[in-house]
Amino acid sequence: MTSTGAMESIRPRISFYEDHGKYRGILSWILTLDHKRIGLLYFIFVMAFFFSGVVLGFFMRLQMLAPGTIMKPQTYNSLFTLHGIIMIFLVVIPAIPTIFGNFFLPIQIGARDVAFPRINLLSWWLYITGAIIVVISVFTGGGPPDTGWTFYAPYSLRTTVNVPLAVFGVFILGMSSILTGINLVTTTHRLRAPGMTWNRLPLFVWAIYSTSWVQILVTPVIGITLILIIMERFFGVGVFDPAKGGDPILYQHMFWIYSHPATYIMILPAMGVISDVVPVFARKRIFGYMAIAISGVAIAAVGSLVWGHHMFVSGQSDFADILFSLLTFLVAIPSAIKVFNWVATLYKGSIVIEPPLLFCLAFIFLFSIGGLTGLIQGALAPNMHLHDTYWIPGHFHYIIFGGMGFGLFAAFHYWFPKMFGRMYNRKMAMRAWAVMLVGFNIFYFSMLLLGWEGMPRRYYDYLPQFRSLHLTATFGSWILIAGLILMFANLFRGLFKGEKAEDNPWGGATLEWQIPSPPPTENFEKIPGIRHGPHDFKELENNG
Amino acid sequence: MDEAKEAVFEEARDYTGAKLGMWLFILSELLLFGGMFILYSGYRYKNPADFHHASRELEVVLGTLNTIILLTSSLSVATSIAAIQKGQRKLSMVLLMATMALGLLFLANKGFEWGTKIEHGIYPNSPTLLARSKGEILFFGLYYVMTGLHGLHVLVGVCVFSVMLILIAKGTLNQMRFVPLENAGLYWHLVDIIWIFLYPLFYLIT
Repeated sequence: MTSTGAMESIRPRISFYEDHGKYRGILSWILTLDHKRIGLLYFIFVMAFFFSGVVLGFFMRLQMLAPGTIMKPQTYNSLFTLHGIIMIFLVVIPAIPTIFGNFFLPIQIGARDVAFPRINLLSWWLYITGAIIVVISVFTGGGPPDTGWTFYAPYSLRTTVNVPLAVFGVFILGMSSILTGINLVTTTHRLRAPGMTWNRLPLFVWAIYSTSWVQILVTPVIGITLILIIMERFFGVGVFDPAKGGDPILYQHMFWIYSHPATYIMILPAMGVISDVVPVFARKRIFGYMAIAISGVAIAAVGSLVWGHHMFVSGQSDFADILFSLLTFLVAIPSAIKVFNWVATLYKGSIVIEPPLLFCLAFIFLFSIGGLTGLIQGALAPNMHLHDTYWIPGHFHYIIFGGMGFGLFAAFHYWFPKMFGRMYNRKMAMRAWAVMLVGFNIFYFSMLLLGWEGMPRRYYDYLPQFRSLHLTATFGSWILIAGLILMFANLFRGLFKGEKAEDNPWGGATLEWQIPSPPPTENFEKIPGIRHGPHDFKELENNG
Repeated sequence: MDEAKEAVFEEARDYTGAKLGMWLFILSELLLFGGMFILYSGYRYKNPADFHHASRELEVVLGTLNTIILLTSSLSVATSIAAIQKGQRKLSMVLLMATMALGLLFLANKGFEWGTKIEHGIYPNSPTLLARSKGEILFFGLYYVMTGLHGLHVLVGVCVFSVMLILIAKGTLNQMRFVPLENAGLYWHLVDIIWIFLYPLFYLIT
């Protein structure tokens, strides 16, 4: 990968690919303190885990094509558990903050690196360690975990499979996440260039900043919960074991105190990407800058208080049900503010259709479906009917994949020329986008319908009446995967064979577009002075 | 990292930033223990009588002794930081060693207390404990996990201080550059303040 940069081009300063620091070869990557190299390290591994998660999901759908012939029920249980653990903890939570937060947040605020470069490297090492432990847990002990990614007690305390090791891996991943959060919050507070005031910050920085706070504040709660599962398994402490007076519902509370805000750790950074990309391709200042920035903080704050909506049928009190349902409806308000602002930004803009914008439009469409289905299940009466059906995975795939996933793909296509100094084939990217969008909706809308008709989630088999919808979903999953392959093949080809990218191919006004592609090691020769906000395209044109 | 880059880092060293990072870390530590405190309150609310009986079995004298030890160690680390700021390197090192000794004394005391309990057959999943009421099982389960996790933090603190001791001896930490020691002190005060909550919850409220 070191050769992908603009090797031959004559530039006054060498890119961070060529400046390998004091180490050579692989060591110049895994021991680097450069935030851009660390971002790319995450990029490689997050993508590797994304592909394994996709493969697991592919086999789950294949099972539904002909239940009972392809795998045993226990295998299916392991598949959905691993698909969940890998996708949530190894891909979706870290993806945007660690890859693009690391790479672009310092550049966007006019800094040379993050506040704690060594801790940044440590975070990556913890990520790799946690990931390796999770992978080991699949092949050792009593076999891969089969509890679902939620590790609900008391089943996770009783099952003979390798739960403690997987849980320990996730604990280490949590430490990595906390350290990344601390690093990026401190960076945003301390390393902004002169003149980079809070209301001139690019909205991507605002989003990563809000996300980092959530990471710092709620990850420790799942940390202690996971430690307690391990304690329970090895010492029989009894804290979640009903036989010893423990309360499994309290486990669910502790789990969701983290894991619901974690869904905002997933979606907020993607919203930041959308807020950065849309104005560039509408050639217009973003509509409601402060409203978007503050609504991100509001989502982070209110989103931390809605965890009980995962537990409407668990037996918690009616009062708690009503309160959590109300708070769930409240959190829809800041989310909707963002959606309206993006649409208003496009209104009467000089829209340029390019791949990053298309992925943003897909985000807005899919996230809206995900958000509105979320409100349906957030109301108490429909939740009784929809709880634990296919509706739920249908809904959260619209949010996580349709929202965060397409946001991530938008980020790929937007920042690719800056990161690698080359451009992919734009026409092909648009084709891949169309294939994915079609496949996605066939796949996950069938899941929503299945759930509406009562198909329970996590079952390895189904009644005959669900057959046609299951076939449709599996068919859609193939189209979606075809689109993914097309997109990644196109990006991969662009990495090696793509034409050289200009410094500012999209005409962006944020700082990363004012430096060479790929950036030099210290980003800026001289720390820039900031005189305008992130969407001042006029000023850019005047400067030539 | 070549020399030029090293120089940039040196130049960019930001003490306020380092402190901010430490405070954020402390915040996340507080929430880690916060999860345990939630469990404690939940179970205490459900089993008030059992918690009452179980907590009377703990040695208040040992708990009080440990509280005094830990509070004194917080004083000694604070004075150690003050000493290095005034350029009194030797005094700072002596006070730091005193802090470490007090930390180890705390652990020894705790180990002795645990040992006595285990000798009486009270430890997680023991037949004696399982024969008791559910609230008492929970009380001792929480007691072992919470004081154990706290003890682990004390141990980590002592290790961090030994690194600081070496850095002071080598002169890396000095009158001009003492923020790492200050941050280690902040961590130690966190360990202290958590104990200040554990102590009444387990030993005093009956």
